[in-house]
This record gives sequence, structure tokens and C-alpha cells, in this order.
Amino acid sequence: MAKIVRRVSLNPILTLLEVEAPRIAKKALPGQFVILRIDERGERIPLTIAEYNTAAGTATVIFQTAGATTARLAELEAGQDILDFVGPLGKPTEIPEGTKKVCVVGGGVGCAIAYPQAKALHAAGIPVDLIVGFRNKDALFFEEEFKAACDNLFITTDDGGYGEHGLVTDVLKREINNGAGYDLVIAIGPVPMMKFTALATKEYGIKTLVSLNPIMVDGTGMCGGCRVTVGGETKFACVDGPDFDGHQVDFEELTNRNAIYREQEKHACNLTGEVR
Amino acid sequence: MANMSPNKHPMPSQDPAVRNRNFDEVALGYTAEMAMEEAKRCLGCPRPACVPGCPVGIDIPGFVLKVAEGDFAAAYEIISSANALPAISGRVCPQESQCEKTCIRGLKGESVGIGRLERFVADWYQENIHRLPEKPACNGRKVAVVGSGPAGLTCASELAKAGCAVTVFEAFHTPGGVLVYGIPEFRLPKSVVADEVEKLKALGVTIETDSVVGRTVSVDELFSEGYEAVFIGTGAGLPMFMGIPGENLAGVYSANEYLTRINLMKAYLDEYDTPIRRHKTVAVVGGGNVAMDAARCAKRLGADVHVVYRRSEKEMPARAEEIEHAKEEGVEFHLLCNPVQVLGENGQVTGVECIKMELGDPDASGRRRPVPVEGSEFTLTVDALIMALGTSPNPLIRSTTPGLEANRKGCLVVADDEVTTTREGVFAGGDAVTGAATVILAMGAGKKAAAAMLEYLKQKE
Repeated sequence: MAKIVRRVSLNPILTLLEVEAPRIAKKALPGQFVILRIDERGERIPLTIAEYNTAAGTATVIFQTAGATTARLAELEAGQDILDFVGPLGKPTEIPEGTKKVCVVGGGVGCAIAYPQAKALHAAGIPVDLIVGFRNKDALFFEEEFKAACDNLFITTDDGGYGEHGLVTDVLKREINNGAGYDLVIAIGPVPMMKFTALATKEYGIKTLVSLNPIMVDGTGMCGGCRVTVGGETKFACVDGPDFDGHQVDFEELTNRNAIYREQEKHACNLTGEVR
Repeated sequence: MANMSPNKHPMPSQDPAVRNRNFDEVALGYTAEMAMEEAKRCLGCPRPACVPGCPVGIDIPGFVLKVAEGDFAAAYEIISSANALPAISGRVCPQESQCEKTCIRGLKGESVGIGRLERFVADWYQENIHRLPEKPACNGRKVAVVGSGPAGLTCASELAKAGCAVTVFEAFHTPGGVLVYGIPEFRLPKSVVADEVEKLKALGVTIETDSVVGRTVSVDELFSEGYEAVFIGTGAGLPMFMGIPGENLAGVYSANEYLTRINLMKAYLDEYDTPIRRHKTVAVVGGGNVAMDAARCAKRLGADVHVVYRRSEKEMPARAEEIEHAKEEGVEFHLLCNPVQVLGENGQVTGVECIKMELGDPDASGRRRPVPVEGSEFTLTVDALIMALGTSPNPLIRSTTPGLEANRKGCLVVADDEVTTTREGVFAGGDAVTGAATVILAMGAGKKAAAAMLEYLKQKE
């Protein structure tokens, strides 16, 4: 049982929940995730830890309303409980030793997870640029926090209504061409965005980490639902990841596997069958 | 006067054509009359051959005699003094290869139905007495048990009975391990597991769910939190795959995932949120109990189900009873064949290409090695494939606990006593040590480990 201590609506589809989880707060490192279940009949879903506060004993998740569970999660208020909140799971992000300059790229809700990565690097004194992409101005959040977590912040919107018009990959390529000198790119966001970021950096031979969030049940290596092909080998995102070398990930397969329950997820009430 | 019938009293069961559409328990259990009649088949051997076959050493003729006399409460006391989880082992133990294998009655006809009687006694007690055990006097020792499967629950029970303050750490949200995520409701109702867990709590055991030891808390941290000894009963939870083309297509599942969605998450019930797909035709690869469980679940979700196994029925590791039940329920068996690739269109499984096998010389396991028959490939049209090829121990604890050694297969290394690990104060048992085995062997190991831990605590004083 984990009590929600703070709830913030970041934009119409993004919600932040800060949750009492002292053990998790004590152990969590950037890149790790939790599995939560709202109530007895809920499903288990993985969410990356956006922030953790060891002193207060809290962990924060930010999520986009995408299905029945996230919709119900978004309706919870501060003071209410989440029945199960398990973590920290997965391997923390490993920054290669001697990394000189990093570009952290976030897309949509992924920016919530990209941000702590930038913040940690920035705090460690490693030069870091942050490129965040949103659909439009309404979708933007955390602008001040982003600014404080990096040396240079670039904001893009798909419709050009705020920041630069275009995609995060456009800005990334431009900055690389302008001699930014990144030796590591961390990309976190929707699968197509990570895929195209990895494609872009491959041309330049810049090491690129992506954070994957496939379908999983237990998050401890037991179900194998989260398997992804990386460099031709099957890996379990929950225990071998969630970070992988973006140049090695089979994104087509990942997209396909993420759609396994699309029919069932269209409506929560669609989970119907004859056997009861 | 002993009942000299050569056959066990039949187990009342749900009709196969009905039960393959529901998740209710298949075997309905003996009535008191049936149990007494069956118990009278026991000859009460002065040197019983059945007892050495029991991994937890139950006084079998002792309890069976009480059943024959109709003193079920006394029978329960005898069983429960040796076995913490009789309602569970009475249902899922492979008695035919243990106690019942060596029963003297089995020489001419069928052995005494020891498992059925154990189950009857446990169920009778739960229904009629339902007295929770009392919390024993505290001995002031604090111990941790990691994993709440059969090994962990048994170990916790023994330690609690000795007066230790026991905390069980469970990664999932419900205690029970494989008993709740793996074994289906129709073989082992989850309420039976919950009842046993209640008894454990009454003994004073604390259960911390949602705690992944190795992640949420490490073994070292448990010691620094004041636990004096730690038992690792984390089982063998990592699913194996074949490494054939197409294995990551949508519609290929590990048996673990498929069974967990159904058993633990109750995805087959409308009111639960976890999704599951209802496939038309499912192939289950493997010949163990897990394969039978997955096949029978898929059947209950409305699919035509094909079990694909590379050896012959004789070599199948599943219990004969489970294979029989699966057949009765309409599961088809394709023996002596093995998948070579999974076929798909648009990312979805459309079939599985198999090759026929023949049996060659015996391999290390003593079973004849299956060899592919060249040019014998054929295709099964299926829209889902469930891999039930076995599991291996989870590396999470061994990789985060300095000094804890594992062998090449990932199983924890133990001393000659079978339960003392290479790290002081850390004990282990069950599948985490042996690799995938049975519930009762894990219970036996949990019991043995508890004794070793108590001895260790005594020495430490």
C-alpha cells in the first residue's frame, strides 16, 4: 500500500503522482522503474521513476492517460492509496566512464523520464544538452525544471506553436552538425521517436541509449512478456534493461509486441469472454 | 478387517465436457464415507514402505488408521505435525512417484490413495474445525524468508513454530509463489493457499508483499536490519525459450506469462483489468506439468489445443493423472515432434513448423534422446504458441549478494546438508537450489533448512 502525497495535472493527458515509498526512495537510481497495481482487480503496469526523494521517502511517477489503468490512475487524488507499488526494478542507467558531453532527448511523456537523467548528469558536472519535443504548447510541462537541469535547452513542437517547429531529431542533427561534440545520446519517448533518434546518431557513430517500456507482468524476469531483440539476441527489458543500445534494438519487433493487447485495451469493458 | 479391493476408491470429478469450460476444481474430493473406506485399504505395515517416500516424512499409516477410525481431527494432527501445507500437497504432490510408489498394496493392484486421503483430512479440518494455530512463545530470534512459495511457506512455518520472529518477503502482491501464479485454480483453488497463509500469519509470521529482494532490499540490508539468518526460497522463475526464428512474434508466450495472467491476475474474469487474448488454436510446447496446466487453461479459454512434445508419452515429465485429465478435456497430443520455427504474418503467429523426431540412445537424464527425422517437417496452423520448456532460477539475489555462489545453471551452491549456502547465515532450498522440481520437494527442503537455521542460531549464541 502506497499513499499518494501529491498529485499534479501537468497537462490534459499527463499526471504526476508523488507516492510514499520509503524503501524505493532509498534505493532508486535514474533509469529504474516501478510496477504498480491500483486495486485488487487492477492490472500491473510498469512506470519509470521520474524522481525520488530519499529524505521524504517518496517516489514520483509521471504518466500519460493511454488505457483503462492509466485513466483510473489519473483519477486518484492525494491522500488515496495505490494498492501495490513495487520497485525499484530494472538496471539503473549506466553512463560510460569518461563521457564528456551528453545530449538527452525526450519526447512527450518521455521528457518526464529524460529530465531526471539530464538533472543527474548536470549535477555530476557533465555538460548536458536537453532536447524536448511536444505535440503542441499545451502538452509542454516542466519548462523551468528542464532549464535548470541542463546547459542548453531546446524545445520543439510538432505544430510550431512554441519553441522550434519540427522534430527533436532535426534539432539533434543540427546541433551535431554544428559541432556540439556529444559522445552520448540518451533518448526517451515514444518508440518511433527513439527509433529515429537512434537512426540519426548511427550516422555519426554516437553511442545512444534508449529506455524501453514494453508490456510486462511481474517486472522481475519471470514472464518474459517484455522480451526485445537487441543485437540479434533476446533480452528481457525488466531485468536486462530497461536501457539498451539504441543502435542494436529491433524497434519493429518492439512496436509489434507493444500492440499485442491493442484490441483488449480499446475498452476496459472489452475484456469479455465466455468463461467466467 | 482391511478393505481388499485392488483399486482405489475413484475420485469424484467434474465431467470433462463441463470442466473444460470452467475454472472450478476438477477433483471434488472424497466424502467421509469414501475416505474411511479407502483408508481401510491400508494394511498398517509395521515397517511402512510409504513413509521413506515422503519428502516431509509424514507418519502415513498413523494418519490413515485415524481416518479409517473416523477420527479425522487426530489424523489432521498427525499430518500437520510433519507437513505445514497438507491441503496443498494432498492436491499437487506426485504421490505415484513417492509414497504411493512404494505402498505394499501397489504390488497387486493400486496403492492406497494416500494423497486423496491427505487432501480429505486437510479439507475436513478446514471445513469443520478451522482452528487457527496459536502463536508460540517468542524465542527472541529474528529471521527472514525470501519467497513465499512452497519452500518459503514451509520454512517460515517451522521457524515460527520454534518461536522465531519470521518475516517473509514476496515479490508479487499475493503470497504463494508458484502455488498462486503457476498452478491453475482448477487444480489448486487459490482459497486453499490463502487458508494456509492465514494459518502461517496466526503463528505470528509477517508477510511483506511487493518486496523484491535484490532490488527493494538486499540480503546484506536484511542482515543490517537485524535479521540473523536468511532463507532463500525464490524458486526457478525464469522462463526458457527455444531460440528458434519467430519466437518473439505476437502470440508467442512463456507458460509463465500465460499462466500468471490467468491464475494470479485472473485475466479470464471480466471484472479484472489484466488483458488476455482468446486464441482459436494454441500449440503448447513441452511435456511437463506446466505444459499440461497451460494447455488446459487455453482449452478453458475456448481454444483448440495441441501439445507438441519431442519425446514419446512415456518420457513426459508430467504426472500421468494430468496427461489423462488433459486428454479427457480434449487436448490433442503431437508426440515425437519439435518446433523448428514460428510462422507469422503482420507480426502475428499463423503457425508453427515442426519436425518429426525419433528416439535414439539415452542421454544424461536417462531418457532416450530425441533425434530429428530429416525431411519430415510439417506445419500446424495455430494463432498462439505457449512455451513450457522449463525454467531456471532468477539471478536477482545471487547477483546482488556477495559470497553467494551459484553453479553453471544458476542454482545456488549448497553444502552436503543440501540447505547451507556459501554465505554465512544464508540458507536455501527448493527450485532455487535444485532447478525446477516439485512442490513437495521444495516443502521438504524448506523444512530441512528451518532445522539447519535453528541449529545455526543456537550455535551463534
